[in-house]
Amino acid sequence: MAKKKKEVDDRFKKFGIVSFTGITKVNDFIGYLEQGRVMGTQCKGCGKKYFPPRADCFHCLDSDMEWFEVSGSGKLVTYSQLQYAPLGFESDLPYCIALLDYGEYKVFGRIAKEIPEQDLRLGMDMKTEVVKHPNGQLSYQFTKA
Amino acid sequence: MGKVGIIGVGQSSFVRGYPGSIRELAFEGFREAMKDAQISVNDIDASIVCSAPEYDKQRSPAGVFAEYLGLIPQPTCYLESLCSSSSMGLRVAYSLVKSGLHDVVAVIGFQKMSEISSAESQERMGRGADIQWESPFGTMMPAYYAMYARAHMEKYGTTEEDLALIRVKSSTYGQINDKAVYRKPVSLDMFSDPESPMSGPVASPLRVGDCCANADGSSCVIVANEEKAKALSDKPVWILGLGAASTSVNLAGRDLFTGLTVAQEAARQAYEMAGVGPNDIDVAEVHDCFTIAELMAYENLGFAKPGEGKELIRSKETYKEGSIPINVDGGLLSKGHPVGATGGSQIRTIVLQLRGEAGQMQVKDPEIGLVHNIGGVGLYGCVTILGR
Repeated sequence: MAKKKKEVDDRFKKFGIVSFTGITKVNDFIGYLEQGRVMGTQCKGCGKKYFPPRADCFHCLDSDMEWFEVSGSGKLVTYSQLQYAPLGFESDLPYCIALLDYGEYKVFGRIAKEIPEQDLRLGMDMKTEVVKHPNGQLSYQFTKA
Repeated sequence: MGKVGIIGVGQSSFVRGYPGSIRELAFEGFREAMKDAQISVNDIDASIVCSAPEYDKQRSPAGVFAEYLGLIPQPTCYLESLCSSSSMGLRVAYSLVKSGLHDVVAVIGFQKMSEISSAESQERMGRGADIQWESPFGTMMPAYYAMYARAHMEKYGTTEEDLALIRVKSSTYGQINDKAVYRKPVSLDMFSDPESPMSGPVASPLRVGDCCANADGSSCVIVANEEKAKALSDKPVWILGLGAASTSVNLAGRDLFTGLTVAQEAARQAYEMAGVGPNDIDVAEVHDCFTIAELMAYENLGFAKPGEGKELIRSKETYKEGSIPINVDGGLLSKGHPVGATGGSQIRTIVLQLRGEAGQMQVKDPEIGLVHNIGGVGLYGCVTILGR
């Protein structure tokens, strides 16, 4: 009898244009992206919110986490528009990476392509939304709040 | 316990496309340091080999180099903290000597970046940041530092011209450093001339002229305990202070975007250990992988108050004749930045300055010098204070 192949949960391969990680304990992040939700984790012990999500809390040395949704708006901390790209991202140029501050946590990501760089102002309110790339990969991006 | 001294320093020329293998490249910096120290391989008790991984195919280069450099059967190991690898190597060498485990240790830094393309190199460097949560967005080092530049400009009114002035200073000294990869003059006008490669956009607000070049290179720093240093060398330079720190790899885990906390913390430790302050530093090498990195270093090291770094470059205080000469060997911007070799090259420059052997680049009679060497996007910070 042929051995049954062990199923591997490598959903994280679907994150971003090019993912460099396949397996993580927070693979459900991808499941939530598929539902259109961007989620972080919160430690049930100390209440600390983590974004990006973590499976483990270093304060409590525990792994009892629950998911929370990145919702509402954050303030644009800083950004840069790339005119030169690392290997694998050349066809995507130009694109803008940025950081939003939600108060309890920050989110690193990309600004939606349709927003021209000259419209960006540090401190402006933006929100985080799920985006599906043409190649089927999943990610999130920032749009005007 | 006695002091720890540097008895020999060396580096290869930093070049594009080194015509040899990595062990041959390492030999160049090693030979210069050994000749400088006027010692033989039998005097060296251990070696530490430093680079950032994945630029070449050799896994575990330490053993390969130890054999090629004649440092067997002495112990050797590989150590990395990205661009600050060889400063971290010096820190570990200091510990090995200070503990009494070894008398003389060689710190060998190297990088042969030309084995891969520039886009591949950006991808490798980008993967020195958070591969799980940031690299999938297409990140690279210039863009991360550009985010710091943007925040600094917004908060303090620093301008693109201020950053360009740092490159102009760098080229002033790159032209007289025969080990530098970029030796042509750079003027402010070039940044506004669309025909000049300096003005090309990379990651806003940084342009080509704001970025250091990839290069191949090696460096070597030989340290010894006080007794050996005095016996072997008539011009030892002493390690007075060492500081090192780390922070969140993901920018989402950070609070400061107008400076590097690792540099602030490493500087605090190094000043405290050396018993000196910023005003006591006569000459410094700072990690100018990008122009904004040098400007932030002015502030993080206490040479200027937060937001006032631009005044130092506008008034030329960081030129050779100024109150705090910085990167008067051309820095990374002109020398090139062969990642693992860079810290050793910075240390070499300060050692030569303190000995009065820096030639055309010599600052007038310095007694205390400082090296600021950063790994990744302010992920690792090392500050080293040296004295005569």
